[in-house]
Amino acid sequence: MDWQALWLTIRLATLVAGLLFVLGLPIAYWIAFSRWRWKFFVEAVVGLPIVLPPTVLGFYLLVALGPRSPLGRVWIALTGHTLAFTFPGLVIGSIIYSLPFAVQPFATAFAAVDSRLLAASAVLGSSRLRTFWRVVLPLSLPGLLTGVGLSFAHTAGEFGVVLMIGGNIPGVTRTVSIDIYDRVQSFDYASASETALALLVFSFIVLVLLYGLNRGWRTGGVRAMYGGR
Amino acid sequence: MTDRGRIELRLRDPEFTLDVGFMLRSGITILFGPSGAGKSTLLDCIAGLRLLDEGRIEVSGVVFFEHASAINRSVQRRRVGYVFQELALFPHLSVEQNITYGIVSLPKNVRRERVDRIVEAMRISHLRRRRPAEISGGEARRVALARSLVTDPRILLLDEPLAGLDIPTRSKIVDDLRAWNELHRIPILYVTHQRDEVFALGERVLLMDQGRIVADGAPHEVMAAAQNLTAAQLGGFENVFEAVVQSMNPARGTMTCGLSGIEIETPLFHVEGGQRVQIGIRAGDVLVAAVEPVGLSARNILRGRIVNLAERDMIVAARVACGVEVEVHLTLAARDALDLTPGREVWLVVKTHSIHVAAKDRRG
Repeated sequence: MDWQALWLTIRLATLVAGLLFVLGLPIAYWIAFSRWRWKFFVEAVVGLPIVLPPTVLGFYLLVALGPRSPLGRVWIALTGHTLAFTFPGLVIGSIIYSLPFAVQPFATAFAAVDSRLLAASAVLGSSRLRTFWRVVLPLSLPGLLTGVGLSFAHTAGEFGVVLMIGGNIPGVTRTVSIDIYDRVQSFDYASASETALALLVFSFIVLVLLYGLNRGWRTGGVRAMYGGR
Repeated sequence: MTDRGRIELRLRDPEFTLDVGFMLRSGITILFGPSGAGKSTLLDCIAGLRLLDEGRIEVSGVVFFEHASAINRSVQRRRVGYVFQELALFPHLSVEQNITYGIVSLPKNVRRERVDRIVEAMRISHLRRRRPAEISGGEARRVALARSLVTDPRILLLDEPLAGLDIPTRSKIVDDLRAWNELHRIPILYVTHQRDEVFALGERVLLMDQGRIVADGAPHEVMAAAQNLTAAQLGGFENVFEAVVQSMNPARGTMTCGLSGIEIETPLFHVEGGQRVQIGIRAGDVLVAAVEPVGLSARNILRGRIVNLAERDMIVAARVACGVEVEVHLTLAARDALDLTPGREVWLVVKTHSIHVAAKDRRG
């Protein structure tokens, strides 16, 4: 068991899930409530990582983060080294890769909030921002949890994108899934199976928690959730 | 009832046009009309939830909207109280949190005092800590009212707020609302499509149909006109005529219409944009007299001549020419007793309220 890879994976997934929560809220809000007629273009762009092969996404990210791209040049000017094959590069890649797994559940939850509640809030004098904090967000908790859980689990299990933009640097970019691949390549099936099992159990637990909590919320859980009498 | 502003607005949708104008008065004004008449849309416009094409909305000296000078006060700054049909209580907040939702900007002691007063007035003090899912339908209506009233609104908009409640519960809530408004004297627009509520609540009724106000007055006047909502509904009438309104008598709830040289008295019916109406009379609602009647309460006595008589099943359909040709249904016995034959002179008697008036069909 490569504890270093495991720790790196957890750090990466936590950071990405946290950042996606912050970034995903405004994007999801816009998708849920905008009446712009070309909105579906943005939705399609956000959804792309679901259908693109990770190697394709990884390839474009590698080019975008590399020393010849504007972003890559700015990064080099700021830090003195390239963004590709670094942990921050991996974080940026993972955010894009997991974006739909956070944004879509958020947007679905926001859109499901009864529009009359939003109207009531406005009539009672609340700005959109206050309505969002006081009404939309609390009533979207299950969707928020799903989005955060999915983006965490999805990042923890990614392989193609990491391999393309992060390579395989122990302690920097070698995640659990890369570690497994590496061990299989060197015929170390025993430790590959150990790590694979750990990842399997972990993913299963995350999903069980998610579905279990969501089910609880749906079936009279509102009272439990908001601490009724 | 004192004047509290004026509403004048036009809104055009592909399939619906709202075009109304009326004075706002303090106290309860009922908006009555069939589903789809535009009652809820009108409330949404006043609250600022729908954008208008034209018009002007002024409530208690504050201009909410004025097309001419591009004024459109935001929903948040209109300070209207609006109780939706679905109530829209925040399900994740307690009753007390729901009520304070609209007054968070006030200092804490003012806030507490206002909440104390309104929960008292609405008799919901014992519910303060409960969630909306834990209270009854009648209680939920009281909470929704309290949440709106606590903000000290300039106008109160109620969209069928008491639908589905039993009558005693309903009238208790209305009594409490009235008591509250004794002190505040704001205009209350109350949407309903239930006839009994109109008489129970209203000092004034606006009758709406197809996006327009077709009558405005006391419940008894307006509800007579409400029998005659659309020309389409006159379809079942044997006699439908086009008529011109000649004079109105709002004090009596009647008006005089002219058609083909004769004058008849009908229930009052406000017509916008023209004086032409359609009137419908059922053949069974017309009495026939063989001699000129005197001392009758009925207001319409028309002299005419029988054009023809046709026996249909157990009735006789007589066509009588009296300026217009009117179809009258009689029993066989009546025909024989009065010795009615074609060419004979008769008098037709029609009560004012047997005449149904409709706007001239705008849909062609």
